[in-house]
Amino acid sequence: MTFDIALWLTQDGITNGAIYALLALALLLVFAVTRVIFVPQGEFISYAALSMAMMQLGQTPGTVWVLVGGGLLAAGLDAAKAWRENALRRLPRIAAMYIVVPIVMSMIAVWAAPQQLTPWLQALVVLGLVVPLGPILYRIAFQPLANASVIVLFVAAMAAHYVLTGLGLVIFGGEGLRANAFSDASFDVGVLNVGAQSIVVIVTTIVVMVALWLFFDRTLYGKALRATAINRVGARLVGVRTELSGTLSFLLAALIGGLSGVLIAPITTIYYDTGLMIGLKGFVGAILGGMASYPLAALGALGLGLLESFSSFWASALKESIVFTIIIPVLLWRSLMSRHHVEDEEE
Amino acid sequence: MKRSTTHVLAFAAAAAFAAAAATAAHAEIRIGVSLGTTGPGSSLGIPYKNAFQLIPKTLGGEPVTYVILDDESKPDNAAKNARKFVTEDKVDAIMGSNGVPSAVAMTQVAAETKTPMIALTPIPPLDGDRAQWTFVVPQTTELMMSAVVEDMKKKNVKTVGYIGFSDTWGDLVYNAMQKLAPEAGMKVVTNERYARADTSVTGQVLKVIAAKPDAVVVGGSGSPAATPHVALRERGYKGPIYHNHGTVNLAFIQNGKKAVEGAIAPTGALIVPEDLPAEYPTRPVSLEFTQSYEKTFGPDTRNAFAGYSYDATLLLDAAVPEALKKAKPGTPEFRAALRDALEHVKNVVGTHGVYNLSADNHNGLDERARVLVEVKDGEWKLMK
Repeated sequence: MTFDIALWLTQDGITNGAIYALLALALLLVFAVTRVIFVPQGEFISYAALSMAMMQLGQTPGTVWVLVGGGLLAAGLDAAKAWRENALRRLPRIAAMYIVVPIVMSMIAVWAAPQQLTPWLQALVVLGLVVPLGPILYRIAFQPLANASVIVLFVAAMAAHYVLTGLGLVIFGGEGLRANAFSDASFDVGVLNVGAQSIVVIVTTIVVMVALWLFFDRTLYGKALRATAINRVGARLVGVRTELSGTLSFLLAALIGGLSGVLIAPITTIYYDTGLMIGLKGFVGAILGGMASYPLAALGALGLGLLESFSSFWASALKESIVFTIIIPVLLWRSLMSRHHVEDEEE
Repeated sequence: MKRSTTHVLAFAAAAAFAAAAATAAHAEIRIGVSLGTTGPGSSLGIPYKNAFQLIPKTLGGEPVTYVILDDESKPDNAAKNARKFVTEDKVDAIMGSNGVPSAVAMTQVAAETKTPMIALTPIPPLDGDRAQWTFVVPQTTELMMSAVVEDMKKKNVKTVGYIGFSDTWGDLVYNAMQKLAPEAGMKVVTNERYARADTSVTGQVLKVIAAKPDAVVVGGSGSPAATPHVALRERGYKGPIYHNHGTVNLAFIQNGKKAVEGAIAPTGALIVPEDLPAEYPTRPVSLEFTQSYEKTFGPDTRNAFAGYSYDATLLLDAAVPEALKKAKPGTPEFRAALRDALEHVKNVVGTHGVYNLSADNHNGLDERARVLVEVKDGEWKLMK
């Protein structure tokens, strides 16, 4: 291995690691607030990437059906609940959130698909489709189970993953798609030729991280989320609506997933089922960071990207094994270091 | 009283249904088809399945039912499906699957239950009972890659880099290259592997480029085969890049875009029937199938995979009349007779080539079953 090759591999590892880092943050956020191990995080990536590629082919992304259908289902559930609780004044809000928003976003997408907009605008339209999926998914699959154990929530997450993957196959087809790059420009840095796309990925990751930090540190909603993450009962006592926290964390997770999908779409071919693998690697990254601290999770994910890149050079056939095996020593070390903790102690 | 009448009626209806089902099972031929129409192989599995919409509903003049099940591209499901076909559906032959590991898993069931099996993907050489009961429709990897090696020889290639899937398919293409290249005075210098779903192959590609090969062979299939091709070009590799017959579809070009211009691959004649000389033996069959496929599934949807499904039914169509002389469908005797008859199928012109099966050759294709195509202006064209 020469120095050049090491540089190339490092660049590749950082680009992938940046995506894993975004996902690790989203997984950690959802887990801290709702205790859901959010397996379908990866689906937001594939939905966003494939919607982006379909827009560029001039087709209406099939995501609109999932969005509108899911929105109606969520609205139905909420309306039934409002009816039972004799709180019909909630209906306009429910309709606005789960019916009007999805339909407006879908109409924008239907209009935008044949227009061949610039990639940046297309990315915005795609985010408009994918981001509302987060709260809708929370309302349908997780809110009714909000007080269940971590294991039950995990099983619900697996179910949501299978449903979303299955729908993905129906609306996108089995074939993979690849979007056009935001920019074909590339810069020579020493021996390296750095593509503009890699720079966009890394800059976006940094921006998202800073934005998340500001959000959690400076805004009321961010503080409410943090409070829920630290102590659900306590947060409820001081007036934080934990349902809202759940919706908000899923909204952020969908936003991060959608952004990652839009960023990764031009770099690689995405299939309807690619999301799981990318999401899992983000999850490994979060575990490497201890499933507790955001900066450590981001670092863990970045390290994972580098490990993946170098092992694909040295032992390509064993790459995945190396990437996933690394959890074992980390978990061993962590369980030796930390006290045994009882699940759901605050419930 | 009323209740017991209902019961009697229900029983009578059930008995009538059972009788109808039993007679139906004997009057027609049943074929079980396991395909991965979901899961990672679905981009190939769906066209394999599409073909059955166009395939006539008779075999050797007898009515036929194709029982098609999804195996989610998983070998254990494919084996389960195969077992279900034999024990529950009482089929006379099984077919499958679009993934090499899945097809291999099915051959085991075929041998155990003494049911003829038509493999729809190239599979590694088998032995014993499995070899006896399995017939293979697609061209062997060696036959296909020999076309690639001949072309490399013309271009004076001495060293070949290899990057392929980390599964049985990657092994098959690599083994074929390992066997053919030394005979042509070439050396395979790398053996890099990647997974279908990999989002980056930079590491592997850097290693291939570092070995400075004159040409590169990609052992992938469908659109994931575009990933290393694009990465090689992005990293400035200038030599020719060859693929295999698993790669020839439109999705490969859609995903590789401009970067895969000039990609060379061997394939059956049905991808480019219009470009073939009029006297080419498979031209009429290929042309007709391609046209009817594109009429049903849209322009530019032609692919090699649907042709394999079609050719498999042509082989059965030729063998069934012989087998019917010896036994009735739905019996073990018929399955054995069908297997024997398949070994005597001669000169069946399929979409991919001309099949001449025998006891030693359960594939029966020759050089007429392969042409080289290359990507020109975003389309697969016959290489001149």
